[in-house]
Amino acid sequence: MQGLTSNLALGAAGFQLGDMVAQLFFFIVLLALLRKFAWGPLMTMMKDREDYIANEIETAEKSREEAAIQHREASEELKKTRQDAQNIIEDARKTASQQERDIVESAKKEAERIKVSARQEIEQERDKAVQVLKDQVASMSVMIASKVIEKELSEKDQQELISQYINEAGEER
Amino acid sequence: MDHESPIWEQAFGIPWLSFNLSNVLMMFVASLIVFILGVAATRNMQRNPKGFQNFMEWLIDFIKGIIGSNMDWRTGRLFLPLGLTLFAYIFISNMLGVVTNGIVGHELWWKSPTADPGITMTLAVMVISLTHYYGVKLKGGSEYSKGFIRPLPFLLPFKIIEEFSNTLTLGLRLYGNIYAGEILLSLLVGLATTSFLGFLGATLPMIAWMGFSTFIGFIQAFIFVMLTMVYMSHKVSDDH
Repeated sequence: MQGLTSNLALGAAGFQLGDMVAQLFFFIVLLALLRKFAWGPLMTMMKDREDYIANEIETAEKSREEAAIQHREASEELKKTRQDAQNIIEDARKTASQQERDIVESAKKEAERIKVSARQEIEQERDKAVQVLKDQVASMSVMIASKVIEKELSEKDQQELISQYINEAGEER
Repeated sequence: MDHESPIWEQAFGIPWLSFNLSNVLMMFVASLIVFILGVAATRNMQRNPKGFQNFMEWLIDFIKGIIGSNMDWRTGRLFLPLGLTLFAYIFISNMLGVVTNGIVGHELWWKSPTADPGITMTLAVMVISLTHYYGVKLKGGSEYSKGFIRPLPFLLPFKIIEEFSNTLTLGLRLYGNIYAGEILLSLLVGLATTSFLGFLGATLPMIAWMGFSTFIGFIQAFIFVMLTMVYMSHKVSDDH
């Protein structure tokens, strides 16, 4: 065992005061340097990120609320617009039916008027025709009569006959 | 094959001052590595962390967790840089000895600085001194003194002994673990260099032991920082 341990690369070399001082020195220097160059910036960055994330969450929360409000507003707007459109359609329908009625009414009136005027015209035309017919019949009858009378009738018979015809012609239509 | 430490006696002509130069070298190397890693991780920092920065932030959260489990964060944040630096420095130091031991001539130059009791004790004394310092600073002198006679006055001697035993165990636990790891590694190296068969025989245990030493190195760094924060919280927290 003695031989084995004497071969060891290691052996506690006892306490060296210089080592202790050196260790203290090295450690303090290392601590200071790392604090300045590594841990400090790293922790600042981590803090920065923490703040950033918190900020982002807050912003997201805010914009979500805003979106909800806007959504509500938009849907209200939509509802109102729909209502308006409904009203407009309703109005249009009413107006249309009113107009329809008016048109029909005026058409009826017009038709009535045309009918009346047509009737009057017909009446007039008929009267005129009757008048013309009367005249013609009169003259024709005179002609016929004169022809017949020439043959056999007296003046008196002739007159009776004529007026009878005229009357008949006036009654018939 | 008898290795010795490169000791510089009577440094600067001062008779009581001596340096173990390998320790000084390794302290420097460990500090340099930690510093370079720390700076490399925090260059090009971005709000969206990438790669190495992520790892460093995980480390910070890890140390925050250790501190947070011992005291409230308002006081604890003060000790975050200390905890981080302690952890990084001790872990890197432990790893240096696991990776390799370097020998120049008959002198051992490359090893874990934490495999030396003087160095671990220095760290432990520094930590305990800091707990006393912050105890006085944060709670005031009278509150600090009363801490020694709580909960009962006759506990005073035990409390005083506790301070020394805390220091001793804190430093020697780290030293013992790392030193033992290096002893076994060097034994295995000794075995491997004796013969071809020895080399074959030593390879597998060596790989296993290096893995285990890495684990131990991490655990010890963790325990050191954890106990630092426990002792600190005894001094600065009200609920202890």
